[in-house]
Amino acid sequence: MNNRRKPITILLADDDAEDRLLAREALEESRVSNKLDTVVDGEELLDYLNRRGPYQSLEGKPLPGLILLDLNMPRKDGREALREIKGDPNLRRIPVVVLTTSQAEEDIYRTYDLGVNSFITKPVTFDGLVDVIKALSQYWVEFVELPKD
Amino acid sequence: MKPTRRNILLADDDPDDRMLIRDALQESQSQEQLTCVENGEELLDYLRHQGAFSSLDEKARPYVILLDLNMPRKDGREALREIKADPHLRRIPVIVLTTSQAEEDIARTYDLGASSFIIKPRDFETLVRLLRTIDEYWFETVQLPSGEN
Repeated sequence: MNNRRKPITILLADDDAEDRLLAREALEESRVSNKLDTVVDGEELLDYLNRRGPYQSLEGKPLPGLILLDLNMPRKDGREALREIKGDPNLRRIPVVVLTTSQAEEDIYRTYDLGVNSFITKPVTFDGLVDVIKALSQYWVEFVELPKD
Repeated sequence: MKPTRRNILLADDDPDDRMLIRDALQESQSQEQLTCVENGEELLDYLRHQGAFSSLDEKARPYVILLDLNMPRKDGREALREIKADPHLRRIPVIVLTTSQAEEDIARTYDLGASSFIIKPRDFETLVRLLRTIDEYWFETVQLPSGEN
């Protein structure tokens, strides 16, 4: 119903190379045609969003329409990155979906308190991951209106 | 054992829209329970167990809120602001469901902490698909903060 929109870029922050690859394959498997960019920790995520360091050349390009965020990452973890994104008036409106192996109630509460748009526990199987990516894209790409950059 | 029916709270001032959404939810074979309020004041009263809702069970909390924007007495924007400023309520996901397509509404409600912004479909069939998608996403895929906290 929202075909008037430009396709959005999905940005995934995950320190595990295999998980990044699996997410990319699951997107292809579920026929999601959106571009996927990946970063490996919270520092790189904030550099990407603020067009700093190696991402200076992205200056002026549209921000991602959706961020998929792992929680446990080195340097800057997902909780801290989420706090910074939701505390930044230029970034806070970008929807952030936590995608983590954590099932800890405390992580669920804390990230919702910090303003996460949803919290998803990563399935352990590839088929499970494909199902999650399908549900994610059907909801966010097909029905939800995302803020214009 | 009968599965617990989880509560979706809809705030919409238009009785036709409330009925359509109720019918579409039923048609989508969702197991969730729908409770309706008619404006932002009633919504806050329901969430805080005040006024007409003072006899609600203290554990009665919706898992997600579907929020219309244009309502009398207290509109959706103001209700959203109050919900997200209240430490006891802010972690409940709020999905804006409105006929508004204004970029300003989209940007402002994400800024205020809306989980997603969805334009009300005009035909019943799409509304059924939307409610099925919402059900699959929020109740099968996402981890919600428990409605009892």
